[in-house]
Amino acid sequence: MKDTFTIANKNFNSRLIVGTGKYKNFEETANAIKASGADIVTVAVRRVNILNKDQPLLMDYIDPKSITYLPNTAGCYTSDDALRTLRLAREMGGWRLVKLEVLGDKKTLYPNMIETIKSTEILVKEGFEVMVYCTDDPIMTKKLEDVGACAIMPLGAPIGSGIGIENKKNIMIIKKQSLVPVIVDAGIGTASDATIAMELGCDGVLLNTSIAESRNPILMAEAMKHAVIAGRKAFNAVRMKKRSLASPSSPKENLI
Amino acid sequence: MNNLNMAKIQLNGDPYEINNGTNLNQLLIKLKIQKNKVAIEINGVIVEKKKYPNLILIKNDKVEIVHFIGGG
Repeated sequence: MKDTFTIANKNFNSRLIVGTGKYKNFEETANAIKASGADIVTVAVRRVNILNKDQPLLMDYIDPKSITYLPNTAGCYTSDDALRTLRLAREMGGWRLVKLEVLGDKKTLYPNMIETIKSTEILVKEGFEVMVYCTDDPIMTKKLEDVGACAIMPLGAPIGSGIGIENKKNIMIIKKQSLVPVIVDAGIGTASDATIAMELGCDGVLLNTSIAESRNPILMAEAMKHAVIAGRKAFNAVRMKKRSLASPSSPKENLI
Repeated sequence: MNNLNMAKIQLNGDPYEINNGTNLNQLLIKLKIQKNKVAIEINGVIVEKKKYPNLILIKNDKVEIVHFIGGG
């Protein structure tokens, strides 16, 4: 069965999107990304270190020609900062597909939805394809879709928390009503969390810390790859109905 | 240093001295930075890559050079 994952008219093989932060070094980052099978990676925009000219560059380890870079606005708390960051990212090499994240609070890293919606609208008008990190609130995600977001990315739980999906019902409501892809972004702690996101019907999963902070990032990256595939297949297969009592798996007739 | 041939600019938040008449391309060469891997903002305005050779830096310019790093 052909089961393509399309964002902004572009097809991708993997439904897993991974972050490139928190790794020991770029070598580990590159190996984990390879093991995850991801086609898209999120990257941050920061000042070049002028004093240390020989520092290694992310682009030397992860080729933007073979993996889709998704510039993000992590660390931005205002619409102006987020817009500035993404305009710089576009100037760097023509990136139009971007991840918008406007944070509201340092403790929870919850999105500021008022600034997020405002920024999405401006970016869409400027020709960006905007994948938006947002709360798991169906009213807010609908607003984002109305202003032109190309993917809705509700949090499963706070960024870096590893709690798993806190509000499955909301994620299901959001998925059901959305015409653009829905990707659970943030909160995934281990493989089963990613599988649950996919079983709920989500189009993809975006995660970072659960791989980078596991004891063996390469092995966890591989686990996440299989978890997303397993969840997607289970969703497409449509699970059995739950019963309150047992139903034997072997025939009841011709017992010896 | 109070050399007339030098101009002080702000580079990524820190003071930095350049020769008078330095353009953006020359600054990148001096810093050993490849221009296809960065984006540059001067005084809050993003500069298109094709304009680098003609953009002469002047005293007190605020220059921001950014690139991609690992992030979630």
